[in-house]
Amino acid sequence: MSRTVSRHVYGAVAVLLSAAIFLVPFAFIVLQSLKTGPDSAGLEFSWPVDIVFWENVVAVFQARDYMLITAFINSTILTVLSVSIMVVLAAMIGWVLARRPSRWNGVITFFVLAGLIVPPAIVPTARLMQTLGIFNTIGGLVLIEVAFGMSFCVLLFRAFVSNVPRELDEAATIDGAGPIRLFFKIGFPLMKSVIVTAIVVQSVTVFNDFANPLYFAPGEENATVQLTLFNFQSQFQTTWNLLFTDILLITIPPLVMYIFFNRQIVAGMTSGAVKG
Amino acid sequence: MATLAPPDASDTAARTPGRRSSSRKYAHRMYPHWFLLPGAAVFVVLFIVPTFASFYYAFTRWTLFDVEFIGFDNFVTFFSDPQLSKGFTNTLIFGALTSGLKIVLGLLLGVLLTSNIWARGYLRAVVFFPVLVSVVGVGITFQALMDPYDGVINEFLAIFGIDGPGWLTNPDLALYSIILVDVWRGVGLAALIYMAGLVAIPQEYYEAARVDGATGWHRFWNVTVPLVRPATTTVIILSLIGGLREFQLIWVMTGGGPGFASDVLASVIYKQYAYGFFGLSTAGNVVLFVVVSTVILPLFWWLNRKQTEL
Repeated sequence: MSRTVSRHVYGAVAVLLSAAIFLVPFAFIVLQSLKTGPDSAGLEFSWPVDIVFWENVVAVFQARDYMLITAFINSTILTVLSVSIMVVLAAMIGWVLARRPSRWNGVITFFVLAGLIVPPAIVPTARLMQTLGIFNTIGGLVLIEVAFGMSFCVLLFRAFVSNVPRELDEAATIDGAGPIRLFFKIGFPLMKSVIVTAIVVQSVTVFNDFANPLYFAPGEENATVQLTLFNFQSQFQTTWNLLFTDILLITIPPLVMYIFFNRQIVAGMTSGAVKG
Repeated sequence: MATLAPPDASDTAARTPGRRSSSRKYAHRMYPHWFLLPGAAVFVVLFIVPTFASFYYAFTRWTLFDVEFIGFDNFVTFFSDPQLSKGFTNTLIFGALTSGLKIVLGLLLGVLLTSNIWARGYLRAVVFFPVLVSVVGVGITFQALMDPYDGVINEFLAIFGIDGPGWLTNPDLALYSIILVDVWRGVGLAALIYMAGLVAIPQEYYEAARVDGATGWHRFWNVTVPLVRPATTTVIILSLIGGLREFQLIWVMTGGGPGFASDVLASVIYKQYAYGFFGLSTAGNVVLFVVVSTVILPLFWWLNRKQTEL
């Protein structure tokens, strides 16, 4: 009896505390985005006097010559291109590394782990990109995201493939498949679940990335949504309602991903947990 | 494979009884090494080459126009100028505190969220969601919440008659305020990793401990903590790698300020890059590289060794 009572007490306390700590900031974003400019200036946690959400959305999109629309297009291109290239190239690597043990595997693993741990050298990378003519371009940024995100995907794929039996591979080979057909007809479908995980996790990461666009594509015409948000910060200092409307709009894509791919995100982000 | 066999020899080899060599030939043909090349090309050109280049350019005075070798001068500047060396100590503080807090709070949250508590699904979602929100959005939101005069946090404290501090405007406090926000953002991931580790602990251990008369605290300290060790290892490594390299949250919330009170290595590197001191910036990169490797590699080795001993 007393046990169930304490269970309810703990539960209620946990719900209240979590709401205060984790939900208040989100509620604050939403409330500010509903308010008029003067109403939001006091940064109060209060119900808006007038709800002008739609007007705010329109104003944010119109700001600086529809910059946010360009930014959404840029971010979408960046995310789609870099994640697809990253996943295909990393899947090929993970597939071969898991299927074909060789004396090079140790060296390759070393470089893969280095890709996770070592901080990128910013100026040499930027100058190299300038030499190659890809600095301040979306294409260059795509390649940067591919290079920096590849290690995570390779480790994910290699771990997965090493637990997939080879029988199907052998059957396909007997049917006369070459290495490319084997990979795309057998390997890729077998890896479907882990590929979905990688796509979801990396999409959220690339979409939310702020540092790499700032370092390697700082120009206005290539601005991503995170960069415009950062630039709006100085422009909208007096109009908090528009700034928070912008934050809300930018949070929607990851939120949608989370609602639909909750399980894959959790799987991907905790993949190292049990093995260590 | 060392023989000078004609290209079609693989078919003959597959039929010979030497199974070992035939399976190697098979692997050679079906999982070719050139599969590694496209990915490796991007990785080597945009990551490995600049990393190696940084070990040279760190020793140069490097501007838009020319490069001049100056030995250790950049590093001397780095550690003698208080504006720059502050970033070094702040990086260590940031890394140690964020990962320490994420371990403690993440484990407690993990235990709470794997128990049969009320509204577990809601709690999990709420705790984890900040992980997915853009750092820029989180930074700006907390900047507003931590405003010394109008901010919600200080207005809340004022209800109890507490005069809230200038969270981000007080130079002694700014770094620690950002640390709290980083923990707020990342504790959900730590909790999730712990939850995966906690459900993997066999229930028999708890039953045996209960039979032996262990209290709740003893069960937690002597069963849960040692057996959830792989998850702890993951949380420590991940949060240290992230914490020592942290740039985004700091840049959005304070830009390293007030003054340079909340600068870390990553923000110093970016500032020097933006000012055009490329050699100094690259030297900062090399310092960060050394810090991250000397912290992570021994820790990785030590934690994994303890794990195999267990």
